[in-house]
Amino acid sequence: MRLAIDDIGVVLGGRPVVSGVSLAIEPGRVVGLLGPNGAGKSTLMRALAGQLPFIGRMALGPQDLATVGTAERARLIAYLPQTRTIGWRLKVRDLVALGRLPWRPFGRPASAGDRAAIDRAMAMMDVTALAERIATELSGGEQARVLAARAVAQETPVLVADEPASGLDPAHQITMMQALRRLADEGRTVLVSLHDLTLAARWCDEIAMLMDGALAAAGPPETILTDARLADVYGVTAHRAHDAGGLILAPVDLVGRDGRP
Amino acid sequence: MRPLALNGALGVLALSLFVLSLLVGPADLRLGESVSGLLAGGSEAAGIIMREIRLPRALLGLAIGFSLGLAGAVLQGFLRNPLAEPGIIGVSATAALGAVAIFYSGLAGTSLYTLPAGALAGAFAAVLILLAIASRQGSTLTLILAGVALSSLSGALTSLVLNLSPNPFAAYEIIFWLLGSLKDRSMEHVALAVPLMALGWLLIALSGRAIDALSLGEDAAQSLGIHMGRTRFLIVAGVALSVGAATAVAGTIGFIGLVVPHLLRPLTDRLPSSLLLPAGLGGAALLLAADSAARLILPAGELNVGVLTALIGAPFFLWLVMRARREML
Repeated sequence: MRLAIDDIGVVLGGRPVVSGVSLAIEPGRVVGLLGPNGAGKSTLMRALAGQLPFIGRMALGPQDLATVGTAERARLIAYLPQTRTIGWRLKVRDLVALGRLPWRPFGRPASAGDRAAIDRAMAMMDVTALAERIATELSGGEQARVLAARAVAQETPVLVADEPASGLDPAHQITMMQALRRLADEGRTVLVSLHDLTLAARWCDEIAMLMDGALAAAGPPETILTDARLADVYGVTAHRAHDAGGLILAPVDLVGRDGRP
Repeated sequence: MRPLALNGALGVLALSLFVLSLLVGPADLRLGESVSGLLAGGSEAAGIIMREIRLPRALLGLAIGFSLGLAGAVLQGFLRNPLAEPGIIGVSATAALGAVAIFYSGLAGTSLYTLPAGALAGAFAAVLILLAIASRQGSTLTLILAGVALSSLSGALTSLVLNLSPNPFAAYEIIFWLLGSLKDRSMEHVALAVPLMALGWLLIALSGRAIDALSLGEDAAQSLGIHMGRTRFLIVAGVALSVGAATAVAGTIGFIGLVVPHLLRPLTDRLPSSLLLPAGLGGAALLLAADSAARLILPAGELNVGVLTALIGAPFFLWLVMRARREML
């Protein structure tokens, strides 16, 4: 389903944190939300996930998200928070199964369909081998993948993931991005915030770049991640190369005070 | 342990202790006399002892123990904190204050119902204050801090009442009540408290999904379709009803709500909702056992069961902490 964000603003503690952001995300696309710390990425994502009040309009397909209730929203948008919280010594499988809560009527145990969704999600995040382990005893990167599997198991048309790749080793960063890619290929709409410019350039179909709560630019990585914009938004220079897979971008140094490398 | 086996075993344990509680007491009744007394046959005295003294006591032990265990389990799950216990939201303290105020005013002697009514009024005052604060601020941390503040204030006011109490005997009566006991309770107490507790259990049970989702934190829980405002209401109202009613008829009985969820959590899959029923049954078993023990240890004087649970519970909890710091969650 097409996710349309239209002139969204979020005010936190009297301060406008996000203002005037408009963005349309087509199904089948992985859109990377970029921007320096404090640019408003997480705030925008939380508003999208129904956790913060916002002004403006958000629509999923024909549906206005402002009119969608909490329970219904959970069947439309899965949200993976940046903070990785695991409250109890749960087994990995039981934790991933929490992603099925929006689909399970009160008091009903998991159905065969739920179990299949859980298996798919665990396979996608490469945590099947960890299924019987205690989640709190895993490494940080393993926990990140387990929590991501929870959001994937929700099997919603939209997935909003806040920095899912941070703290992962290179192989699992790629696993994570491949999984998002595959979800998009299944026709879902994926919005993912990233700090890693290399991953963003490589794996996202589109980049939306936030700066000071406003949308600085949006479009394909090649046209958005220009030297001038990286200097402007992040204050860094980058080395770039190309191969069959697309753009390879690596941040190199800080931009000098005069704006020159 | 499989949930069915665990709940079955705890249910059988609680029922056995319920029966034991019916058979224990200062009156020296033989087993046959007890049973026939309970079932309305037998001698006059045995019937009165069984139906009007021991049965209400055992029923209250069962229901109050269930309430305390259940309330402890739901609060620990809700707050993702293994140190949470029924007293944490301030309901026990305000209920106790309500009862103490009734003692002080001298109304306690006028009717059987004035004392529990005062305690219930205290518990409901706490709930109204907490929900008013929660609806305006909307954060769980605010709720807990408000609960702690309410507890402190109620504790201070209770001390003030003791300070001002007209004579030592009145003060003694208040302190004795605060220690918590199931002694000399009647079927009227059961009829007053058990329906309120049952309503509380129902509200708590309805929050089962929410506390599971909250294992992942509030943000993730909301994204799983959990309405935080509704969840706070269910849990605060449910705990207040069950623990408020329990305090109203039995005074403050500590440690059951803290210890029982800890004891049983390792036997479950550790999802907070999986712990609710076992913690309730375990709480019932523990309170019935403690109440029977209180009658057996000092047959003449009789210990207050609240003293006994704290006396056993606190060192036990310490041992639990020392033994398995990592296993706490």
